Amino acid sequence: MTEKITLQDHPLERQIVLSRIIIGGVFVFLLLLALFARLFYLQVNQHDYYSTKSDSYRIHVQSVVPTRGLIYDRNGILLAENIPSFTLSMVREHSGDIDGMVEIVSSLITLSDEDIEKFRSRLKNRSVPFSSVPVRYNLSEEEIAKISVNQFRLPGVSVEAELVRHYPELENFAHSVGYLGSITTDELRKVDPVNYSGTHQIGKSGVEKFYEDILHGQVGYQTVEKNARGQIMNVLDRTDPIPGQDIVLHLDSNLQKAAVDALGDFRGSVVAIDPESGGIMAMVSKPAFNPNLFVQGISQKDYALLNDPVLTPLYNRALAKYSPGSTVKPFISLGALNGGFRTPEDTVHDPGWYQLGNHKHYDWTWWSNETGHGTVDMQRAIYQSCNVYFWDLAMDMGIDEMHDFLFRFGFGRNVSLDLPQASTGTLPSREWKMNTMGESWYPGETINSYVGQGYTEATPLQLATATMLMSNKGKWYRPAVLKKIGTDSNYSQASSFLPDIEINNPDHWDFIAESMEMVVSRGYGGEYRTYGSAYPYIAAVEPMKYRMAGKSGTAQVIAIPDDYDRADEVAEKYREHAWFISFAPVDNPKIALAVFIEHGAAGSSVAGPVARRILDAYLLDDEGELKSEYRFPQISEEGEEVDEAIPAEGFLSAEGSMVGAASGENINALSENDRQLATFNE
Amino acid sequence: MGYIGKDLGRRKSVWEYLHIDFPLLVALFILLGFGLMVLYSATDGNISMMRRQVAFIILSIFAMLFMAQVDIRILRRWSPWMYLGSMALLGLVIFYGSVGGGAKRWLDFPLIPRFQPSEIMKIVLPLCVAGYFSKRAIPPRFKHIFWALVLIMLPTALIAIQPDLGTALLIAVSGMFVILLAGINWKLVFSFLGVAILSSPALWIFYMSDYQKQRVKTLFDPQSDPLGTGWNIIQSQTAIGSGGVYGKGWLNGVQSRLDFLPEGQTDFIVAVLAEEFGLLGMLFIMVLYLVIIGRGLFIAAMAQDTFSRLLAGSIILTFFVYVFVNIGMVSGILPVVGVPLPMVSLGGTSILTLMISFGILMSIHTHNKTLMP
Repeated sequence: MTEKITLQDHPLERQIVLSRIIIGGVFVFLLLLALFARLFYLQVNQHDYYSTKSDSYRIHVQSVVPTRGLIYDRNGILLAENIPSFTLSMVREHSGDIDGMVEIVSSLITLSDEDIEKFRSRLKNRSVPFSSVPVRYNLSEEEIAKISVNQFRLPGVSVEAELVRHYPELENFAHSVGYLGSITTDELRKVDPVNYSGTHQIGKSGVEKFYEDILHGQVGYQTVEKNARGQIMNVLDRTDPIPGQDIVLHLDSNLQKAAVDALGDFRGSVVAIDPESGGIMAMVSKPAFNPNLFVQGISQKDYALLNDPVLTPLYNRALAKYSPGSTVKPFISLGALNGGFRTPEDTVHDPGWYQLGNHKHYDWTWWSNETGHGTVDMQRAIYQSCNVYFWDLAMDMGIDEMHDFLFRFGFGRNVSLDLPQASTGTLPSREWKMNTMGESWYPGETINSYVGQGYTEATPLQLATATMLMSNKGKWYRPAVLKKIGTDSNYSQASSFLPDIEINNPDHWDFIAESMEMVVSRGYGGEYRTYGSAYPYIAAVEPMKYRMAGKSGTAQVIAIPDDYDRADEVAEKYREHAWFISFAPVDNPKIALAVFIEHGAAGSSVAGPVARRILDAYLLDDEGELKSEYRFPQISEEGEEVDEAIPAEGFLSAEGSMVGAASGENINALSENDRQLATFNE
Repeated sequence: MGYIGKDLGRRKSVWEYLHIDFPLLVALFILLGFGLMVLYSATDGNISMMRRQVAFIILSIFAMLFMAQVDIRILRRWSPWMYLGSMALLGLVIFYGSVGGGAKRWLDFPLIPRFQPSEIMKIVLPLCVAGYFSKRAIPPRFKHIFWALVLIMLPTALIAIQPDLGTALLIAVSGMFVILLAGINWKLVFSFLGVAILSSPALWIFYMSDYQKQRVKTLFDPQSDPLGTGWNIIQSQTAIGSGGVYGKGWLNGVQSRLDFLPEGQTDFIVAVLAEEFGLLGMLFIMVLYLVIIGRGLFIAAMAQDTFSRLLAGSIILTFFVYVFVNIGMVSGILPVVGVPLPMVSLGGTSILTLMISFGILMSIHTHNKTLMP
């Protein structure tokens, strides 16, 4: 023995452990006996009770689906509601032979192969046993009657009334409110499966998706007794569900419809923002689709139509990025003033082209009659959209200054509250290019960037946001679709999430706004090309009832060869995108707008009139006058309030007669010339 | 010395040469076979699950036969080091363990499959505590009981914070059995139990989480949470009760067939057995368990040194606790804790650990007959 312990008394130890083992054995026997007694009680004494329960009257817990919250626009108009619909459902456990059952059902009512296939996949994915699985939605009254008459042949099959989502505005809000659709297995994994145990649909896009948690509510349940055929015999206990909360959006149905109408048959988008709250009042993307198609499962035929490669109705153009073209010029100009790179008085001579190295960049004027704008100052560079001025500025200011200034306006990032799917766009800089492409920056790329081409890309939402900042002089509000949740009228989003844009001389805000006003309203003067680029299509068509500021943009889709001549000879898909940003009234801004028209070819002549129609619809009353709530309370020298729209002073008063007298002939002659000119990169 | 001579003179059977205990082996094989039958029904004839389970059982049988060849004295000599090694692994779990199901229980080493160190501790802790007492006089003095409790509580605490309270308690119980078998004064045992019962309200208030409280509440009133934990109890009792004396017949269970019974392949497999084979089936499996436990207690009683007796007794009593807790929980007399039905529930690691323990039992029974302890 190697151990040092010597005190062990082996027979005694054996005795001790042995006695304990015997005690243990007795305990084991007694406890197993107790278990057996319990089983005897369950299986002999209570056998009849449990047998009945198991065979015919099964106690079953059913979930009770909460009512989904409603969605209203800012005026209390319903954008998403719940309407009753009749659904044929089946409980697998009660039906037994699924194939036989499906055969009988399809002999009674129409069941397409697709319906059957979808039913089988739902059957496979259901989460709770004894839950009813939808076979077909939207039964007609005749079909309900047929099922009822044949109920005896259809154990486990029942007609259930349920509330389904309905979008009364159809296509108008397809991209902003979004839609519900059947829950997929992946989506079910991300939510609480108990809370969604009776829910068949979930928010797939837009507001319906982002505010799913708020809209859905909390599931309730009831304990019921069912017979072997799946019919509820008795409700024993019920916990009511908590309905989802209603939400109110900033969207304005009237404005949204006006935007849809103004776009007409164009493909494109409109985003309108309230400069006093950041609320998104309109968000249109065309072509759109009927969101009601998705709610109870879209058919393959309908879905194929929505996947048209050119029309792409499912694609939300309001949140997609495109080259912004000349719409960035007002923002770059403000940056040039603020950084001291230019004064309002500095001029540039524009012969129609700009030479960088040994490459000549031609301005849009060159393509019509081989001339330039002549001597151009900043204001003229904006209202006539002179590229040479900005190419010259680009060389002095550089790409990084532009990046830093435009970043403050929300370019290059997604700052929205509830549109996470929005693109961030692209705001290039030296660092950006090195990080994404591993290449250094070339001066020619700066030239492109200063006229909103090249790498620079922005979404209609971003341009509307930047326009909002231009109109409210840099006051940052987070762009948001949601106005408030439920009855909580105090709900408001954090407004100070980004620092307001401060500039050295606040007068420069007014200077740029004035320049943008000239874009739409500076009439024809004596000199060659002194009118605003959009004037022939906006103020000249019909006198303005309010002061409107704007800027057009025409963005190349592909690199255009130097001998490129006429837009109408070019295939539609290669035509430029047309932009128009705008806010109004200038003296009391109530709406900031971005209009984007896919392959629209010309910003001023195509997108400009669309913008005006939308502003008119929003700002004017039935008599065609500016609504009183949008008027700026002007105090005249005598101390009286002047209620009328104030014409832009200075440049317009000199040419006011021009506006009034503009004859149709005159306009047509000029506008044809301009339409041709405007097809080029403004 | 005559004691030894008697054994030396006896002729060894072929089973003793192979270090296999024949009655235990037969009982285990019948249990495993019956278990596979029940599992086949519970998984609805899922071949891939069955194949996996059979592969694990075969591996476990080899592990058992291997353990049976290892002389028990080697285990005793190495038990302190195995304890330290297992503690180190448990420590590693805290820092490097991989998370699964909200708890940190697993270790991932390159080249070998991931494993739970707590499973190793299930075997090592009784070994170590038995080793500790085998070098000291029994009945143990208070000081030795204290140190044995320290040995038990350290791994228990490490496993409890993973958190895996069920396993922690079962491991603690396996250590406690060694102390109990070593002849601890009954007065101490009862005063300890008294303190535990008195402090249980404090445990309820300060320590137990909501889901644990819910499980205890459900025991007394399954209808209080019919969608959650109560669902299992309602369904399993319905399954058991509807089985009656003779059962509905193999593969004819309604409750399990219709997806009524959650966890029907793992922790609640007894409900499937009771529904399909009735009270007679339950009697059969409980007699099988009783035979295995009886044989284990016999091996413990016949073992020839204190270490072997304590170890064998602890192993077999812990096995009984698994059986009792599982059937008790499914039949609704104990709260729901995640304990599988030994040798029957789906899941290989539990079977592997148990079979290694049975290998140790066989080693105890077939190695000790030649030399003094």
